[in-house]
Amino acid sequence: MSMRKSKKEVLVLEDILGSNKKIANSIKKKLEENGILAVNLLSAPGSGKTALLERIGLKLNENYRIGVIEGDVETERDAERIRKLGLPAWQITTHGACHLEARMLARVFDRIPADLDFLFIENVGNLVCPASFDLGEGLRFVLLSIPEGDDKPKKYPEAFITSQVLVLTKCDLLPYLTFDLDKVIKEALEINPKLKVFRTSAVTGEGTEELCTFLKLELEKRRIRNA
Amino acid sequence: MHELSIVADLFTIIEERAKQARASRVTKVRVMVGELSGVVPELFRSAFHSYKKGTIADRARLEMKIVKIKFKCQNCGREITAKNFRDESFSYSCPFCRSKDMELISGRDLYLERLEIETAGQ
Repeated sequence: MSMRKSKKEVLVLEDILGSNKKIANSIKKKLEENGILAVNLLSAPGSGKTALLERIGLKLNENYRIGVIEGDVETERDAERIRKLGLPAWQITTHGACHLEARMLARVFDRIPADLDFLFIENVGNLVCPASFDLGEGLRFVLLSIPEGDDKPKKYPEAFITSQVLVLTKCDLLPYLTFDLDKVIKEALEINPKLKVFRTSAVTGEGTEELCTFLKLELEKRRIRNA
Repeated sequence: MHELSIVADLFTIIEERAKQARASRVTKVRVMVGELSGVVPELFRSAFHSYKKGTIADRARLEMKIVKIKFKCQNCGREITAKNFRDESFSYSCPFCRSKDMELISGRDLYLERLEIETAGQ
């Protein structure tokens, strides 16, 4: 008897990023169980993610336990900057990948102490790709530095739509550059009206106190909600 | 350019489903791509065709269904399809009641919808 081929259709309906989401959900669950607020920081390279973390990390460290996960394509440089301040940091090097995925986070996750209050996850510098990958974080920050220009929110909408907080960084440079602060805030709120906006400078410290207060309140809110 | 890592995940699902269905070959792959999924259809397509070599889907065609961004207005309850999301003029507000309290109900999707397979039958 000869073999004959038959064609048929198979309905699948499976989420392509499902394996990432599954890991992200288990990370989220562990974070919630331990009352840890994880913050995923997204931005272009050089917009000041590490500098902001150095500032707010030290401030929060007075009363809270914090940890930092650093995502970069190569090198331990950022993790070393954080460790220099006496704060625990874990480096993930992606060796080429332009974003962090939940499974990469899972590799270092077992080393993270369960009694942390805040876990900051500094994503790979890139305003595009990291927006597509849930890491199980409680809050997502998008950072935009003044030198990058005031036309970014509508150019990179995914990052602004999927974040809860917009942190404008390097605001001490405003007097020297043409940057329309009102316009950028208006544009960001047009595509995501729920964004909370902070004006900051890691050099002068502007806005960092307010940002820490916001984080503390969010932590308390979540602990009450999950209790 | 993260499309290749997404395509790698897609092929894990394709291989698994093809095996379950006892397929000898996958001839068509149909995916649903939300406008807000962060995937660029053109890049996804080229990543797909370079990745498929040597897999069970090595001659498969790729069909992409683009899923529009949809909001539900929390104030008046209407569902709105965002036609001009990529336009400068896009504003996140309800065209009927002007409320900004809108919830995203579709557009972030990234699904493998269906496969067309060949089975070697008797």
